[in-house]
Amino acid sequence: MKYSPFSQEAALGLLATLREEKGPVLIALQLMQKEFGYVDKACVELIANFFNKSRADVHGVLTFYHDLRTTPPGDHQISICVAEACQAVGARELSKVVRTKFTDETSDAYCFGNCALGPSVMVDGKIIGRATLAKIERART
Amino acid sequence: MRVFVPCDSAALSVGADEVAAAIARIDSTIEIVRNGSRGALWLETLVEVETPTGRIAFAPVTPQDVQSLFDADFLHGGAHPLSLGKTDEIEWLSSQDRVTFARVGIIDPLSLYAYCAHGGLVGLRKALELTSEGLIDEVTDSGLRGRGGAAFPAGIKWRTAAQATSDQKYICCNADEGDSGTFADRMLIEGDPFTLIEGMTIAGIAVGATQGIVYLRSEYPYAIATLQKAIDIARADSWLGKSVLGTTHSFDIQIRVGAGSYVCGEETAMLESIEGKRGIVRAKPPLPAVEGLFGKPTIINNVLTLATVPMILAQGAAAYKARGVGRSLGTQVFQLAGNIARGGIVETAFGITLNELVNTYGGGTLTKRPLRAVQIGGPLGAYFSTAQFETPMDYESLISAGGMLGHGGIVVFDDTVDLAVQAKFAMEFCAIESCGKCTPCRIGSTRGAETIDLIIQGVRVDENKKLLLDLCEVMTDGSLCAMGGLTPMPVKSAMINFPSDFTGAAR
Repeated sequence: MKYSPFSQEAALGLLATLREEKGPVLIALQLMQKEFGYVDKACVELIANFFNKSRADVHGVLTFYHDLRTTPPGDHQISICVAEACQAVGARELSKVVRTKFTDETSDAYCFGNCALGPSVMVDGKIIGRATLAKIERART
Repeated sequence: MRVFVPCDSAALSVGADEVAAAIARIDSTIEIVRNGSRGALWLETLVEVETPTGRIAFAPVTPQDVQSLFDADFLHGGAHPLSLGKTDEIEWLSSQDRVTFARVGIIDPLSLYAYCAHGGLVGLRKALELTSEGLIDEVTDSGLRGRGGAAFPAGIKWRTAAQATSDQKYICCNADEGDSGTFADRMLIEGDPFTLIEGMTIAGIAVGATQGIVYLRSEYPYAIATLQKAIDIARADSWLGKSVLGTTHSFDIQIRVGAGSYVCGEETAMLESIEGKRGIVRAKPPLPAVEGLFGKPTIINNVLTLATVPMILAQGAAAYKARGVGRSLGTQVFQLAGNIARGGIVETAFGITLNELVNTYGGGTLTKRPLRAVQIGGPLGAYFSTAQFETPMDYESLISAGGMLGHGGIVVFDDTVDLAVQAKFAMEFCAIESCGKCTPCRIGSTRGAETIDLIIQGVRVDENKKLLLDLCEVMTDGSLCAMGGLTPMPVKSAMINFPSDFTGAAR
């Protein structure tokens, strides 16, 4: 997935689009990640200043949510559902195999709502049902 | 000539886009309608052809099957090994009672024309003729209870918010469907999003709210895209906005996307998250209906609750409450998941037995091994054994049986499951997802996982089982919300219903 390189100017331009929003901190962080692929540590102060919050407020939100990351992602992202419905069809074992092969790209997730066709995996934003290592490899290319 | 190929993400997960592309490649003159899914997910990709006598189904279709479908003249219902005959006559579907899901899988989710042709907006038009009080009476009278899991009567919640005086009120739709084994909210939003918009608009009119917010989880990117398009269409059509269908009512809807937190499905944590804060649970009271989002009166309802309201108004409360049993009235959208042969959506009146759902509809396990356990109602729901399969599926019967219906998801496991491992996972999940505000949940979950680990290893098993039950009691009674309060349910039910997994002996 392609992201823009982080810059303060670009970040401030994006934050300006949220001026009218109520409770903007989380959506501001999500917008940073959508644009740059991650939340640069400079964003904490930018967002705090822009919306008149404390840096602690912004840091608190940034560290609460599993989705938000503070380091740039790799070229591919593989999320494997390891919740109960997918566990029932071998997701734990699949997660181990995929992690061994794609260590830096793989993370566990809890439920993509595809619980009748598990194991479910999201590869670069595309959902894969009845997932196998082979299917994941195909989707990754 | 119209061919239907679902755009539901379950269908996409097994290649529906590729099937649609393969059909278009062979004959580009065919109109391919991307409908929602019929809910028979094991049959995806389920392709339908419109014929003068009705829609004919072919399933499960892979891109490799497409050429042979053309060879068999499937466009005119030709014979083919994948032909299932008329879709309306497939017993798995025809035996259901689709109310909330009446249009899902039938229509193009983003065609307002198809929506109205299939009974859409009838409920809203009726609502606009009623007084706020008359409208809330109708919802109350229908017996509709909150489908998110708490089963609180919708009409009573609405009345509380209607009676509150405020310059601003909100309708919040909880679409943070985080329970494993549940996907009805997602399918409704992807398959018939206008129904949800209509239900939210009706709720707004009933209580005098002008702003709706859908809190939709980030794990559902396809649902987010579909709902956003539907909202834009409803705005362009003067349904949402300053003047709802030409009346003096004003109502608009905004989507707020979640950020991967399970506890944000708890209603007060959800409010915090929409306010842009950490998803920390609030103490109740005050009830959100009195003091909710940004301190204003707020109705929080699940997707299915809101999406059922248009049908209730269109067909009348009496027709809805004629279905179901006891105090569980109407229909429930059950979701069959996990290790199951025929998984998907079964909407039917409350009172059907677990056995009918899991075996008659579900066809037992996918692996063909003996079925050993089912978990009902998500990660906080109880594990049941096959000895309890005659339990009627309604709110009260499940509580009596030591469980809960939750959001109606049923996850099936075969005989390879180890319930001690599942119990440990319940505690681990709570430790990962706890918001951290109250001690029993934050600390108890970690201690619980450690204690179950000792039991699995065979360390002082009886002593640790006693300790675990004591911990469960503290979590149940001392937690602020259902996250810590209900995590003991899967743990205790596993211990009670599957004692042989908690002996410390290796399975």
